[in-house]
Amino acid sequence: MQPRRQKRLFSILLIISLIAGAVGAMLYALQQNIDLFYTPTQLVEGLGKDKVKPVVGQRLRIGGMVVPGSVSRDAVSLKVRFQLVDIGPTVWVEFEGILPDLFREGQGIVAQGTLLAPDLIQASEVLAKHDEEYMPAEVAEAMKGIRHIPPSQANFASGDSSSGSSYSKPTDKPTY
Amino acid sequence: MFKWLDPYAKSETLYHLCGKLLPYLMVSALALLLLGNIWGLAFTPADYQQGDSYRIIHIHVPSAIMSMGAYAAMASAAFVALVWQIKVAHWAVLAIAPIGAVYTAIALITGMAWGKPMWGAWWVWDARLTSELILLFLYLGVIALHGAFSDRQVGNKVASLLALVGVINLPIIHFSVEWWNTLHQGASITKFAKPSIDPSMLWPLLISILAFALLLLALTCLRLRTAILVNEQHRPWVRKLVGG
Repeated sequence: MQPRRQKRLFSILLIISLIAGAVGAMLYALQQNIDLFYTPTQLVEGLGKDKVKPVVGQRLRIGGMVVPGSVSRDAVSLKVRFQLVDIGPTVWVEFEGILPDLFREGQGIVAQGTLLAPDLIQASEVLAKHDEEYMPAEVAEAMKGIRHIPPSQANFASGDSSSGSSYSKPTDKPTY
Repeated sequence: MFKWLDPYAKSETLYHLCGKLLPYLMVSALALLLLGNIWGLAFTPADYQQGDSYRIIHIHVPSAIMSMGAYAAMASAAFVALVWQIKVAHWAVLAIAPIGAVYTAIALITGMAWGKPMWGAWWVWDARLTSELILLFLYLGVIALHGAFSDRQVGNKVASLLALVGVINLPIIHFSVEWWNTLHQGASITKFAKPSIDPSMLWPLLISILAFALLLLALTCLRLRTAILVNEQHRPWVRKLVGG
């Protein structure tokens, strides 16, 4: 290789590695800010080396799996309460509004809201987090035992609050 | 080692090579695009959770993968252009940039259309979405920076340098879903494990990805030919070619 080309090659490689280093250092420093949400474990036990816990009243996002059996809906309003978990402790989320189609027990969700107590969030927005698995309904039924019912054939239970409490118990199994 | 490539640095040889490849690339790209998209959009089974909304994957994933593929190609051209100071490589950078920008825009728009019904939001500032948006800005930046200099030589150099530096964004886009908590799901096919997508949905998707790659090549050939003619318009071979 000609010396002039070699010089250009090295100067370009130097520029790229310097900028890559700078970007890497920046991303490392901003690591906690780039995370879209806290996990329940991070919320309860604190984040990072310093175990920084969010303060009550802070606006934040929480992401985790909806604990099966924890969803309770208010019979007369759109209020809903459920628990979120990742690998450790669970936290409560309260929400009033329409949940996304993919919201169901055992499904990952991300909620944005205000921290009311160390383990209670008043959510203003709930987003469903979809996983990377794609499969037809028949495969899902064979592998996971999840049965797909098209909305046209579903018969939605209405006004079924026989338990007496103001929150009606949801169905145990996701329907589709 | 790369001696056999030397003739293609000459604009006339490259012009004719692109002309020869163009019909094959274009026909195969369009045929596979029709096959993959019609198969994927109309004849694959619906997803067990997302229903028919998942079908947007057959446009979203190919355009997203190829928006990064196009950037890698553009950055490689920029590298060759800067180190070996080859003019046609500079033109290749500018030939690829708008195609990559459109692919990125398609990926972002289809992703938003999917996000609204599935996540419940058009847009979330998570790491994957933000880094893909930065990719769009990098493409637009390369185009704009080139146009900002009245001296075309300087414009070429600066645009290529930006294209090369922006390559840092590619691993960030790819690994963003692993390094940080994101709303965007992890990789379904671009990973070393078994794809987490059913074979009945995977095949049309792979065909569409190939089609988008071939379309990228075809459009690059087309644009590069035009760029060569415009930049070399005073050369005798071009004058002879256009009969001027």
